[in-house]
Amino acid sequence: MSNGKANSRRGSMHGPNFEKPKDFKKSLKKLFKNLKVFKIFIFIALILAISSSILSLIAPNKLSDLTDEISEGITVNSKNIEILTNDIKKEISSEEYSERINKILDIKFNEVNIYEMSSDNIQIFNETLFKIKNDEKNTLKYISDLPNEILNQIIKDSIYDGKTIKQEDKITFISSLANNDFNNIPDNIKDILLNDTIIDNIKITSKDKIEYMSILKNVNKDADINTVYGKIDKLPNNIKKVIEPSINMNNIKAIAKFLVILYICSALFNFIQSILMTNVANKFAKKLRSRISIKINKLPLRYFDNNLSGDILSRVTNDVDTIAQSMNQSLATLVSSITLFVGSIIMMFYTNWIMAVTAILSSLIGFIFMFKVLSKSQKYFTARQVELGKLNGHIEEIYSGLNVVKAYNGKKEADKTFDELNKNVYECNRKSQFLSGLMQPMMGFIGNFGYVAVCIVGALLVSNDVITFGIIVAFITYIRLFTNPLSQIAQAMTSLQSTAAASERVFEFLEEKEMEEEQKNKYLNPEDVKGDVEFSHVKFGYNEDIIIKDFTANIKRGEKVAIVGPTGAGKTTMVNLLMKFYNINEGSIKIDGISINDLTRENIHSLFTMVLQDTWVFNGTVKENIIYNNKNISDEEIIKVCKEVGVHHFIKTLPNGYNSIITDGDSISSGQKQLLTIVRGMLDKAPLLILDEATSNVDTRTEELVSKAMDKLTEGRTSFIIAHRLSTIKNADLILVMKDGNIIEQGNHEKLIKENGFYAELYNSQFQK
Amino acid sequence: MIKLLRSFNKKDYFLILICFILIIFQVFLELKMPDYMSEITKLVQTDGASMNDILTQGAYMLLCAFGSLVSAIIVGYFVSNIAATFSMNTRKKLFNKVESLGMEEIKRFRTSSLITRTTNDITQVQMFIAMGLQLLIKSPITAVWAVTKILNKNIDWSILTAIAVIVLLATIIILMLIVMPRFKIVQKLIDNINDVTRENLNGIRVVRAFNAEEYQENKFESVNTKLTSMQLFNQRAFCVLQPIMYLVMYFLTLAIYFIGAILIKDALMIDKITLFGDMIVFSSYAMQVIMSFLMLAMIFMMLPRANVSAKRINEVLDTKLSIIDGNLTKGIDNIKGEVEFKNVSFKYPDAEEYLLQNISFKASKGETVAFIGSTGSGKSTLINLIPRFYDVTDGEILVDGVNVKEYKEEVLHNKIGYVSQKAVMFNGTVESNIKYGENGKEITDEKMKEAIEVAQAEEFVLKMDKQYDSHIAQGGSNISGGQKQRLSIARAIARDPEIYIFDDSFSALDYKTDATLRKKLKKYTKDATILIVAQRIGTIMNADKIIVLDNGICVGMGTHKELLQNCEVYKEIALSQLSKEELENE
Repeated sequence: MSNGKANSRRGSMHGPNFEKPKDFKKSLKKLFKNLKVFKIFIFIALILAISSSILSLIAPNKLSDLTDEISEGITVNSKNIEILTNDIKKEISSEEYSERINKILDIKFNEVNIYEMSSDNIQIFNETLFKIKNDEKNTLKYISDLPNEILNQIIKDSIYDGKTIKQEDKITFISSLANNDFNNIPDNIKDILLNDTIIDNIKITSKDKIEYMSILKNVNKDADINTVYGKIDKLPNNIKKVIEPSINMNNIKAIAKFLVILYICSALFNFIQSILMTNVANKFAKKLRSRISIKINKLPLRYFDNNLSGDILSRVTNDVDTIAQSMNQSLATLVSSITLFVGSIIMMFYTNWIMAVTAILSSLIGFIFMFKVLSKSQKYFTARQVELGKLNGHIEEIYSGLNVVKAYNGKKEADKTFDELNKNVYECNRKSQFLSGLMQPMMGFIGNFGYVAVCIVGALLVSNDVITFGIIVAFITYIRLFTNPLSQIAQAMTSLQSTAAASERVFEFLEEKEMEEEQKNKYLNPEDVKGDVEFSHVKFGYNEDIIIKDFTANIKRGEKVAIVGPTGAGKTTMVNLLMKFYNINEGSIKIDGISINDLTRENIHSLFTMVLQDTWVFNGTVKENIIYNNKNISDEEIIKVCKEVGVHHFIKTLPNGYNSIITDGDSISSGQKQLLTIVRGMLDKAPLLILDEATSNVDTRTEELVSKAMDKLTEGRTSFIIAHRLSTIKNADLILVMKDGNIIEQGNHEKLIKENGFYAELYNSQFQK
Repeated sequence: MIKLLRSFNKKDYFLILICFILIIFQVFLELKMPDYMSEITKLVQTDGASMNDILTQGAYMLLCAFGSLVSAIIVGYFVSNIAATFSMNTRKKLFNKVESLGMEEIKRFRTSSLITRTTNDITQVQMFIAMGLQLLIKSPITAVWAVTKILNKNIDWSILTAIAVIVLLATIIILMLIVMPRFKIVQKLIDNINDVTRENLNGIRVVRAFNAEEYQENKFESVNTKLTSMQLFNQRAFCVLQPIMYLVMYFLTLAIYFIGAILIKDALMIDKITLFGDMIVFSSYAMQVIMSFLMLAMIFMMLPRANVSAKRINEVLDTKLSIIDGNLTKGIDNIKGEVEFKNVSFKYPDAEEYLLQNISFKASKGETVAFIGSTGSGKSTLINLIPRFYDVTDGEILVDGVNVKEYKEEVLHNKIGYVSQKAVMFNGTVESNIKYGENGKEITDEKMKEAIEVAQAEEFVLKMDKQYDSHIAQGGSNISGGQKQRLSIARAIARDPEIYIFDDSFSALDYKTDATLRKKLKKYTKDATILIVAQRIGTIMNADKIIVLDNGICVGMGTHKELLQNCEVYKEIALSQLSKEELENE
């Protein structure tokens, strides 16, 4: 149960753990000091984390280059269009152009034969000539309006530039020119009408130009971009080549290759980094656990009197786990987040400061708001933890005392408290969950807000030709790189805080004052010790209160000392002093004339066999439990002793005999456990014996077995017995009567009865009616 | 899990429905955003696009983002409400259920397990609802919707995205298959480490007395090494996940762009712009698809754990009550303080052997009946049948002439002053502990003080800093075992019951206190019937009737003297505790 309590105190709870350390800085410092062994690995890991972050900062820039390259593929070469358009314009308006038209057409007004014309036509012809005279610009129009009869007369086949140009072609040409319909110009004229132009090493022929004019003729400036692009598709190939957007696939391939390498490197760094940190974290955790385990055995017993074992247990598991986990995750996250954060700010400013300011400002507002919410939710989380603890306490209390609750009709009372606590937990749950749930959508919104802000400002800058489109794309990534680490930093900080709290507890335990090192020169060989024990003027107290005042007694070898007294009278104090679990304040205890102060604890322990009331077996086989740490004990010896104690038969009935696994739980009865501990004690052939014979929860038959075994155990040894059986007490050579931690009477049975003191009263109370 | 969720009521379902609609709305908005994004991109691309257009599109997009934020907040509010209400109600239900369970069921579940079920397991399920509910609705919708949005756009890109999703899911599944079984082992090893440490702590004196420090440390080290290597394996395996996730996502984007470049290059001019826009939109939708698949995978990682908890909760909720309350509010009028067993037998439902067989006796008003026998002889079980902590298998128990099964439990319990084997203390004061519960009448301060005095507790209670008002910690951890026992006896006395039941309640008292207490008690409770279970002969020697149990069978009944003459088992017990002369002195 103690473990359960420790768990409910913290650890097993879910959601963020907001435990505050007493001294954050100092605890972390201590933690890092202890990490020194791993410092190379940590250093490499952190460098890798930073490199990985830097790589992911470069990536968006490259990606924006890629986008730029691709977007090259959709923007027409406006420069060439301009060149071409200007070229054509210039040509059309040039003298050479009109002369060339004249030459091609070769119109001969003077060759008109009036007499072959109708009078109408003559009139029209004259009018036209008159119009032409007045309005020379539109000559062609007027000509094209002429009836065919006249045209046939003034236009004839002719030769231009060595090529024959037919009469009908000329007529079509005239009408095309007149109607501004270049498309209808006969091909042979198209070929010769304009000069060839060379743009970007590509020859644009006259025909190309004319088709260009004819296709783009009706496109005005505000035309829809799709219409324009649609027209482009119809252009002659040579012109398309010149003005069509071109993607430089080589560039794209190069960028893509670079990015692939970058991504792989970044992932690889990340991977190596986390493997390194995992190794460090787990090895460190292992080391901490080992140190705690070793520490347990170095602490004075006094420590365990004041500290719950559940608390120490939770240090071994929960606290160490917290440290390992945060080392594994938070440390690298923190470093790479900070790198990303700072890096993205630098990159943003490096790329474009106006955009950088926009990005930072737009997310900053959101973040301030978010941290406000976060700190509020932290409050509710703490409250929830407290309320949940109360509720769990109540549940534990009611469940474990359920028979009393039932028998006393305490259900209503229990329900009332439960409802109240449950309601409190509900409120805290609701609020904390809601507020912490806000985090993600808010993050999303901040990201989107930043996106829009960057886009708008970006567009403004693009339209003013301050930046390229790719920079906007880069900023879209930057804004994510910039917003993500902030929340990660916040999370890592909270987790660091609970780490600090955990490491504080672990190191507090590890730094607990140990028993002093012993360098004693005297040694008692267990095989040679006779077993005389002498107490002279012993004074002792667990704290300032001296409970044993001036105790003197002389115990000869083989004698039995019975320690009696009511529960809680401090009978174990005597054990503690003899075993040097505690040091006496004054006086001396001597074994075979040598003060125990001159002996090492280890030496003293080897002189005693100790069988205590709280039967102690551990998970393991029967044999392991019996042998424990004794060495060189043969199976025959074990069986012999087990037979003597009368436990052999029982062990044989277990499924695997001596190799059956037993647990401290309920797999075997407490009486049997006691017998096993007695066997363990008997195999430990020390000259002195400490025995607690309480058998309160053993049934009568087992009890008899136990008693016999105990009697056997005391044979020939100087024994200190916490006595419960009257037979032991009456046969004891010395009875120490204890009350309230103090030895109040001493002597043998007869002497004490005669004194008619506390012992006599205690003894007689058994027979009271 | 689903079974547990049935406990949602109409209001919850209504809220879930609203959440559902809101989440659809949210997904709609979120998926709409890339459209605006691409529109904005396009506009930014176009030379001379009017700033106004960009602003409008930006405003639309922000509106979407804001709408999705608002809807997320509302959903979050509802979901946290649903989850918190669920956990509150389920906890309440579970608590009530446990309260009505019989001791037998409690024994079967074990108290500590019931506690974790009511606390941790419920928190587990609540967390799942809070996180899972949103994700469970949102990610499939997003995935499907996003897929339909991009499905017709381009087959190459779609195949790419599908491959990315498959790679990711395969990685996760393989990882889970490798790691999951080892997770269980890790859990076990953590238990082992706890066990070894606890063993060392509990047996600290033995460890030192045997100079076994090194032995323990070696033992710890071997478990520690195992745990560390197992954990290292698991965590190393997980180290792969993050880089692969990033690689897949980045490579997908890169691949979409690269293929996009080729497509644009070869496309007609008229298609180029659309392709470019599509490319950017596609890459953002593809991310959405991958993210929602990742979310789904996460739910399925969370699900087994929550499911185990849900199962454990249901196990308790589904337990059939073995003890059904009667409805009688009083016994036969002129009989008081009478307990009669008629051929009572008892066994646990699934057990083969009877724990008690054919027990018959009668305790009349004012009599003291004692039960003795070795451990496992069934004496505690016998006495626990009276307040119906268990129900008899055969035969019947009459209290005041009426079968206990017919009483309303409350009425039955009011007749009884029960003192348990393990003294139970509640968080509160001495007073609140003594006056604990209800018995139809108020316990006055005088009564309380008197009870404390009779129970031999006055001496230490008056020494406590606030006397009767002194604080008692949970489980009575701030007072000693003997003190707890005396207070729990006082609690029974304060109720003035007709029948006292002492279930080995004197064990922590020394002989002297034990004797004085019983003497005082006898004087105080002249008329009450007393039933005592004890280990010590001294405690029961003077009873009017002693019943000797051995393996659930009554092997002797009578007074101390009679039994010494004619009951072997009793004699054996007596001899082991008192020397022959002392017994003969009697």
